[in-house]
Amino acid sequence: MTEATIRPPRRRRSRSEINPLDYLKRPWMQLTLFLSFLFLYFPIVTLVAFSFNDSKRNITWKGFTWKYYEKALNNDSLHDAFVNSMIVAGTSTVVSTALGAMLGLALHRYRFPWKGTYEGVAHLPIVIPEICMGVAMLVFFNAIGMKLSLTTITVSHIAFTIPFVAVVIRARMTGFDVSLEEASRDLGASEWQTFWHVTFPYMIPGLVAGALMAFVLSLDDFVITFFTAGVGSTTFPIKIYSMLRFSVTPEVNAASTVLIVITLSLTLVAMIVQSRWAKGRQQ
Amino acid sequence: MTDQPPIISIRNVTKRFGTVTAVDDVSIDIKRGEFFALLGPSGCGKTTLLRMLAGFETASEGSIEIDGQPMLSVPPNRRPVNMVFQSYAVFPHMTVFDNVAYGLKVTGVPKAQVAGQVREALALVHLEDYGRRKPDQLSGGQRQRVALARALVKKPKVLLLDEPLSALDAKLREAMRLELVHLQHSVGITFVIVTHDQDEALSMADRAAVMDHGVVRQIAAPGTLYEHPNSRFVADFIGKMNLLEAKVAGVSGGRLAVEIDGLGRIDVPHEGDASGEIGIAVRPEKTRLSKEPPAGDLIGLKGKVSDVAYYGNESHVLLDTDTGVRFTTTVQNEVRRTDSSVLIGDNLWISWSPEDTLVLSE
Ligand SMILES: Nc1ncnc2c1ncn2[C@@H]1O[C@H](COP(=O)(O)OP(=O)(O)OP(=O)(O)O)[C@@H](O)[C@H]1O
Ligand SMILES: [Mg+2]
Repeated sequence: MTEATIRPPRRRRSRSEINPLDYLKRPWMQLTLFLSFLFLYFPIVTLVAFSFNDSKRNITWKGFTWKYYEKALNNDSLHDAFVNSMIVAGTSTVVSTALGAMLGLALHRYRFPWKGTYEGVAHLPIVIPEICMGVAMLVFFNAIGMKLSLTTITVSHIAFTIPFVAVVIRARMTGFDVSLEEASRDLGASEWQTFWHVTFPYMIPGLVAGALMAFVLSLDDFVITFFTAGVGSTTFPIKIYSMLRFSVTPEVNAASTVLIVITLSLTLVAMIVQSRWAKGRQQ
Repeated sequence: MTDQPPIISIRNVTKRFGTVTAVDDVSIDIKRGEFFALLGPSGCGKTTLLRMLAGFETASEGSIEIDGQPMLSVPPNRRPVNMVFQSYAVFPHMTVFDNVAYGLKVTGVPKAQVAGQVREALALVHLEDYGRRKPDQLSGGQRQRVALARALVKKPKVLLLDEPLSALDAKLREAMRLELVHLQHSVGITFVIVTHDQDEALSMADRAAVMDHGVVRQIAAPGTLYEHPNSRFVADFIGKMNLLEAKVAGVSGGRLAVEIDGLGRIDVPHEGDASGEIGIAVRPEKTRLSKEPPAGDLIGLKGKVSDVAYYGNESHVLLDTDTGVRFTTTVQNEVRRTDSSVLIGDNLWISWSPEDTLVLSE
């Protein structure tokens, strides 16, 4: 789901390459495509379909109903978990986008001793297994005597989403013409004015993509949240998981479908915003 | 104009990047209202020098004064100069109008005055009707005009231009040369232009500094640079030059006797002193071709035509002379004919007057 937003905005295609769509005419290509779509989407389609199934069990189709959506909607603890998730994702997105953008910009612009090492360490959370991150966070919060709550979840989400934002911003900045900043300074603008009038507008598509990625990563994070959540600070994915432990009802399907719809629409919004920007500022 | 102090005074400026010395002990005075060119091959430090004037680089040694003010610790936004960047650096997310207005707005020029000044600047570069366009709706030449207007609207004391014409096609480049000169006359601002194109510098500048590996080799008016280069480097860099290595055999009363391998001893006019190994040079257009040895005191060399390059208005004839040096001469195609009057393999004489001979001691 998040892959679509990781990629930097697409640049002009080189004219000489073969039209990729031509490959679609080949049978082996069609077969591969069919199989990958089947494996990728069949579980999801089933999940969504059975959220409308008028049966207590997810095995046979008994007819269409909105019943389980109503049930999920009226489930107070599910509702609370959703609100919690929104608070965590919203807050951590704002903070990690700001910090990640600064990190990305600094890594793009400055040269300093040990930069390579610093960069590697800063990007470590991308590759460190989530389970380790989760344990580490838990140990850390215990060590400093911080009670597990929404705050601890938010802090750990900020920590692991920053590098993702930084990567996106850095990718965006590689296409930036530094002489634009120099021109701005030359025309009498201070560094601060230059940043807001020239650099920042250029960063916006990267910021949108980065923020969206941070939001989605935070919204559907399970492992790290599981370790850093305290009593009464259940998030949506954790709640869904705990519902599963009692019984696999279509209500779980309904809740999951809601999550899918939210992430998909956010991705769509981001793609539209990005393509608008790309169109408005072709060089 | 002559008695006024220089608008820019560069004193013993050196700029090092690590171990690379990009600009090496350069001193230049640029006069008020002058069209000055920094000319030299790629990597000779022209851009670095210009960026030091704009304030984007700090000199490792030496001092720069602009209009009498030391510029050492003055940031780019406080300098009375503006720059037209090689890439133009037009802000892509702003309209043409906003681009030109930018420099006024950020320095707090009252809104009421901005529109008028912007319109004036756009008129100056013939872009009155383009205010609402975005840069991606402009041609390269138009974008350059925006960059020009954006700098000129600030009414700088000096306008700095880094290879302003290099991104344009040949025809447009030629037209823009004239236009830049006219523009400079009408606004009366000092222009400092960086270029590696000698034609550009010769045709536009009042004076030019020829640079080589960070060192200024000669500062002079175009005519002087062409007719009286002070070194082999300048002679060779500006225009075409035929060069013979020679040994000084004697100096007497404004004349110099030199010994040249394969030619013998010749006499050329020369002011001042000279000794040891020197260069004897002559421009291609100052030489003639003939079937017979030249008469009088003309200097002549025998050779065989090795190549003829046709350029329409003239042809360049390459001649392998007896000295072992390949000479170039230009032949004007004054008569309308498609076959060449000179053929490859012809044995001809090339000759020139001693007065047209250059003595290059460096
Ligand atoms: N920021 C920098 N760091 C290190 N070396 C630099 C830097 N800027 C320029 N140089 C070096 O300084 C020398 C002069 O560069 P400069 O850009 O001034 O050349 P130029 O005369 O403008 O050449 P061109 O015609 O190719 O633009 C070059 O050898 C270049 O590699
Ligand atoms: Mg340059």
